[in-house]
Amino acid sequence: MAIAASKFESLELQGVGRSFGGIDALVDLNLTVRAGEFIALLGPSGCGKSTALNCLAGLLPLTHGQILIDGKRVDTVAAENRGFGMVFQNYALFPHLSVEKNIAFGLHMRNVPKPEMKSRVAEAIALVKLEQHAKKLPGQLSGGQQQRVAIARAVVMEPRLVLMDEPLSNLDAKLRLEMRTEIRRLHQSLGLTTLYVTHDQEEALSMADRLVVLREGRVQQIGTPEELHNNPANWRVADFMGYRNLIDLDVTAVKGSAVTLEGEGFSLRGTAVLPVTVGDKARAAIRPEDLVVVSPAEPVRGANTMTATVSVVEYHGREFAVGVTSPSGRGLHVHSDHAPAIGSTVELTTDPARVLVYQADAIDMEELSVEERELAEVRR
Amino acid sequence: MTSPALGSSTATRSTASLRHRLAERGIDTSLLMLVPALVFALALFIYPFTYGIGLTLQPSAATQEKWGGGAFSNYVAFFKDSFVSDSVWLTMRLALPAALFNVLASIPMAFKLRHRFRGKKLLTTLLVLPITLGTVLTAQGLLIFAGRQGWLNRFLIQIGVIDQPLALVNNYLGVMFSLVISGFPFAFLLISSYLSGIDPSIEAAAKTMGADWKQRFRRIILPLLAPGLATTFILTFVLAFSVFPSARLVGDAMGSTRVMALMAYRAFGEQIDYPMASTIAVMMGVIELVVITAVLLWRSFLYKGSTGGKG
Repeated sequence: MAIAASKFESLELQGVGRSFGGIDALVDLNLTVRAGEFIALLGPSGCGKSTALNCLAGLLPLTHGQILIDGKRVDTVAAENRGFGMVFQNYALFPHLSVEKNIAFGLHMRNVPKPEMKSRVAEAIALVKLEQHAKKLPGQLSGGQQQRVAIARAVVMEPRLVLMDEPLSNLDAKLRLEMRTEIRRLHQSLGLTTLYVTHDQEEALSMADRLVVLREGRVQQIGTPEELHNNPANWRVADFMGYRNLIDLDVTAVKGSAVTLEGEGFSLRGTAVLPVTVGDKARAAIRPEDLVVVSPAEPVRGANTMTATVSVVEYHGREFAVGVTSPSGRGLHVHSDHAPAIGSTVELTTDPARVLVYQADAIDMEELSVEERELAEVRR
Repeated sequence: MTSPALGSSTATRSTASLRHRLAERGIDTSLLMLVPALVFALALFIYPFTYGIGLTLQPSAATQEKWGGGAFSNYVAFFKDSFVSDSVWLTMRLALPAALFNVLASIPMAFKLRHRFRGKKLLTTLLVLPITLGTVLTAQGLLIFAGRQGWLNRFLIQIGVIDQPLALVNNYLGVMFSLVISGFPFAFLLISSYLSGIDPSIEAAAKTMGADWKQRFRRIILPLLAPGLATTFILTFVLAFSVFPSARLVGDAMGSTRVMALMAYRAFGEQIDYPMASTIAVMMGVIELVVITAVLLWRSFLYKGSTGGKG
């Protein structure tokens, strides 16, 4: 018999929260997952994404809210009876059991008859291409192979839901790309429903059907990769989704959603995500690839230009990532189709549609997470 | 491109100096740091030990006359004199259950104290504190607390639970109590550290795979902990096997707790038969080695690799 996911209609998280000794790690998480979806929980370290996953797995009790599958509560069910598969960041393989026995463990616990267990284990091993390693102990395998055992061990149970906690973070860059495709392939071919925790936005964007961005235990935005990539709901999400240029400017003109901003020695036209009025402080978010050096092949976009001095040039294959300094001394990340000379003055341009304007709340360093604080210090 | 190293790897000659080459093999002046340890080992272990073994082969005239056997007369006496050979059984009867109890009782405690909670430090300190008490102090305390006229018996009689005082000391039980008091903290500390070496996410993984706590313990924790349990058992066993002061102070030195150490002391101190005393001491070592070998053999069938944790 072939491995296939057990079926359910929908998984609902209603106001799920978890606090540790009065400190909220996760607040009011509402999410409906449809069968077959691949959902990524995304956020910087300490944002509550692993807490959410552990709550779902039953390894942590909830302090608020409830979890329902097809209207039936599962948060009151013990972890061992939930029938979810989980893949841990450090793999958590049983070091004293062979690859085969690791994978068979769950079936053994469920008292699956021997012949069926054998065929399912063999199938799971074939699925992750570890046939010649079946008799080895986990310690004799490489990191990538151990990861594949962990995945096989989770899917052999035909779980209703597969939970993955940063499964690729211990692998090197090349293997990570391979395993990404591998996990996505398994998800599709087995018809799994997957909840995937990661802090890598690229990983999340490339794998997931929908993303949940968390920050300090609170949901910032839920949406498809396109929605998050192109229309982050607030500047923090924008920051996390790769809008590396965050510039504080004053709003000088508003026409519908088209906004003109001034400050830092230049003026800039952009698009307001939420309504702003003249005189407001605003924060413009621009991706490096949308802010480009003007050249014969790169014409000025929407009459939106500014000048800056080149300080760093990085070769990125087809194009160059350039660090420039604005007249006011602010560092910006831009892209260029040629390598400008360091110290030279260049003209930058960007499409007003790709300059997202957010209301600027003052950045309170105290309130930032450690990672964000480090970023802010580097940017200064 | 050709590869000049192919086939000529044995022909390459080291150009380093002799001193450098010796250092590569670990021979250099830092070896001098081992001198104090070697001196101690020679003076305090190897010499007395070989001397003692030599003594066992020079039986006294009386022993030789009574048991025969020439140079091995002491060993013949050890096995044939039931007064001596019985003490092996008496010692085992104390040391094996005491070591087993210390190990088994430590497991649930170590489990409970694995997680962080309020008062954990206090509880750990209380459990480990008896290590600081000497055997004599423990024995003294036991005599005062659990003796015929001790607080415990008087209290139990007063509240009417018993009519006659319980015989808790000056017998097998008294020595057992003493061995548990001094051996348990030891076993508990060791097992705690072995347990903390097991990655908690391994257990979490077993949980998500449908294993209840009994299955998790039997199939995951126990196999990973077993080598640690074996080591702990050996250490507490050796500690209990060489019991001497408590066997005399809170035991029944001529009866149920006539342990091997007492027999060796009797031969040495009362009968002035050094060769016989040495023989009993050597046999103590042999019996300990037999038990240790048995445990290590059992251990060698178990998984010995890393347990995934930091420990």
